[in-house]
Amino acid sequence: MLVSIYRYNPDTDDKPVMQEVEVQLPEGKDLMVLDVLELVKRKDPGVVYRRSCREGVCGSDGMNINGNNGLACITPMSEAVKPGGKLVLRPLPGLPVIRDLVVDMSIFYKQYEKIKPYLINDSAPPAIERLQSPEDREKLDGLYECILCACCSTNCPSFWWNPDKFIGPAGLLQAYRFLADTRDTADAERLAELDDPFSVFRCRGIMNCVAVCPKGLNPTRAIGHIRSMLIQHGT
Amino acid sequence: MVTNVTNLGRSGLHDWIIQRFSAIILAAYSLCILASFVINPEMDFEKWSSIFDNNAMRLFSLITLFALCAHAWIGMWTISTDYITSLQFGGRATFLRLVFQAACVLLIAVYLLWGIQIFWGN
Repeated sequence: MLVSIYRYNPDTDDKPVMQEVEVQLPEGKDLMVLDVLELVKRKDPGVVYRRSCREGVCGSDGMNINGNNGLACITPMSEAVKPGGKLVLRPLPGLPVIRDLVVDMSIFYKQYEKIKPYLINDSAPPAIERLQSPEDREKLDGLYECILCACCSTNCPSFWWNPDKFIGPAGLLQAYRFLADTRDTADAERLAELDDPFSVFRCRGIMNCVAVCPKGLNPTRAIGHIRSMLIQHGT
Repeated sequence: MVTNVTNLGRSGLHDWIIQRFSAIILAAYSLCILASFVINPEMDFEKWSSIFDNNAMRLFSLITLFALCAHAWIGMWTISTDYITSLQFGGRATFLRLVFQAACVLLIAVYLLWGIQIFWGN
């Protein structure tokens, strides 16, 4: 199997290059892309990438696999590469490259921080915990599962163009996660922070985020809900 | 929240609503014009001109003209803030964006005044 991998060290290289490495895959096994990357690393220990849990929970190994963003650890080779094709690995697009497949995610986290990703409730806390009905808890399904791998935001043209102003699908999914939480009492403040032409309204609904989310979440729908809430509060 | 903006409605929600309402007006007007051609298959200048002699049609045209200008400005402003940014043009971005936006404002103003003159002039 031929693997084409993006190599770039900004400290020493003038420009990035695609390095081709031939690796031998075991017969009869559908390896994950991360396994193949480990085989590449055995041949060339200088290849740099992030990884941790290897089961789609930590979100460290988000990368561009044959043109689609995804988690290397849960993307099977059979899905990533057409028969007879080669595996092409690039860093997540739109973020500065630190080295090879490792990107600087500072701006992504900055946008996440903007939406205040924590419960705000000024009333006195009860003795044990703030209870929620099963129906209210259900409203958080499809929202809380996000692992912040950045596959969605770095697949969004609006985020490429305005990464400093547009919150991005990952941040907005989490913004709605707290807007939808019945225990949170800061809806008005949260919505006021989002009502500018960039934070939410740069989403054009092209659904690239939905297409690549490794957890099968739907940020576009969450953004639609935020828009509806803004309309309800603002008109 | 992003506050340094020169958009039309001063908030994202305003622009979003203005763009959608203006789109509905533009679509309705387009259908109206299309219907006038269907109703008058032998359309000539006399008939065309008489349609716009009607005050209701003139008013509808004026509203559509305003809707078109608002729609165009929101669209062009969005395009300029998507594509003419410091990521693409570095330090020159602000100057280029300002020139582009000024040209759009000028063009839209000319179209608006010219349109009013056509519909409501002699």
